Amino acid sequence: MSAGKIDPMEQFKVEPVLGRHIDLFGYDISFTNSALFMVVVAALLFIFMVGGLQRKLIPGKWQLMVEGAVGFIDSMVSVNIGKGGKKFAPYIFSLFFFILFANLVGVLPLAVLPGLHTFAVTSHITVTAVLAFFSFGIVLAVGLIKHGFKFFSLFVPHGAPVWLMPVIVPVELISFLVRPFSLGLRLFVAMTAGHILLEVFGSFVVQGLSSGTPLGGLVGVLSFGMIVGVSALELLVCAIQAYVFALLTSLYLHDAVHLH
Amino acid sequence: MTDLGAMYIGAGLAAIGIGLAALGVGNVFGSFLEGALRNPGAADGQQGRLFIGFAASELLGLIAFVVAILILFVVK
Repeated sequence: MSAGKIDPMEQFKVEPVLGRHIDLFGYDISFTNSALFMVVVAALLFIFMVGGLQRKLIPGKWQLMVEGAVGFIDSMVSVNIGKGGKKFAPYIFSLFFFILFANLVGVLPLAVLPGLHTFAVTSHITVTAVLAFFSFGIVLAVGLIKHGFKFFSLFVPHGAPVWLMPVIVPVELISFLVRPFSLGLRLFVAMTAGHILLEVFGSFVVQGLSSGTPLGGLVGVLSFGMIVGVSALELLVCAIQAYVFALLTSLYLHDAVHLH
Repeated sequence: MTDLGAMYIGAGLAAIGIGLAALGVGNVFGSFLEGALRNPGAADGQQGRLFIGFAASELLGLIAFVVAILILFVVK
């Protein structure tokens, strides 16, 4: 078989769009494909929102879509944060839809056109970790401003026996501090894993069909069927990961607002 | 055994954790469905908890995947 080595990590390479690096005080500040796709995602989100922001009494399809999206986030916030959660709805909304759009743009099969290669912004931990630290920072700021020093009673669960405190408090503290890492890691790894899977099966198709043997052809066709299935699964994972990110952020905000 | 061979075996062993996480995720959704079919009225209210349980067990499988990738691509 004319098998070359499959390099599944090549698709995640961050490189300057214009082909040259710009240095500023020893930092590389060139406009990369990652930055380009963040701009694309933000622009798509902007178009989606502006197109639906009409005040028609009988909403058209687009307005109905946007209203459904706002209502979905609104009910998630009111169920999970409860009283006083309304003011976080814009943040949760931006978070959910930025992640959802970035995930979906990442799996667009535009690479069939030569020279085009979509880049999954959320498959880099630098991006997801920044989002996670935003959430964590807002939780800390809200908790400390609203409750002051009482915020630390979050680490002392109600009704636990006092002699258990030396064990429970450090465990609660660690589980609190680990939150931004688990939040960022989950999204990043889920997206990376999906893209590696697609890349590997895609290489199987190309190598199987180009080998010219009947067995290779069979492998290629089976792998193509697998790609179709995995792509459908990926769409589901995109939505679930965005939902989980927004859901966990609103739950953490609930802790900060209400202290259990 | 060469170092490279040992590396690949280690990555394969790390991948076992992903299968175990699959058991966990299946358990989460299976138990949810079992309860939801007995009391469909209460099911919608518990979807948030369903996804929290899913996220927790999913994360542990993903960490196993991270370990495998670290062994393959980072350890030299």
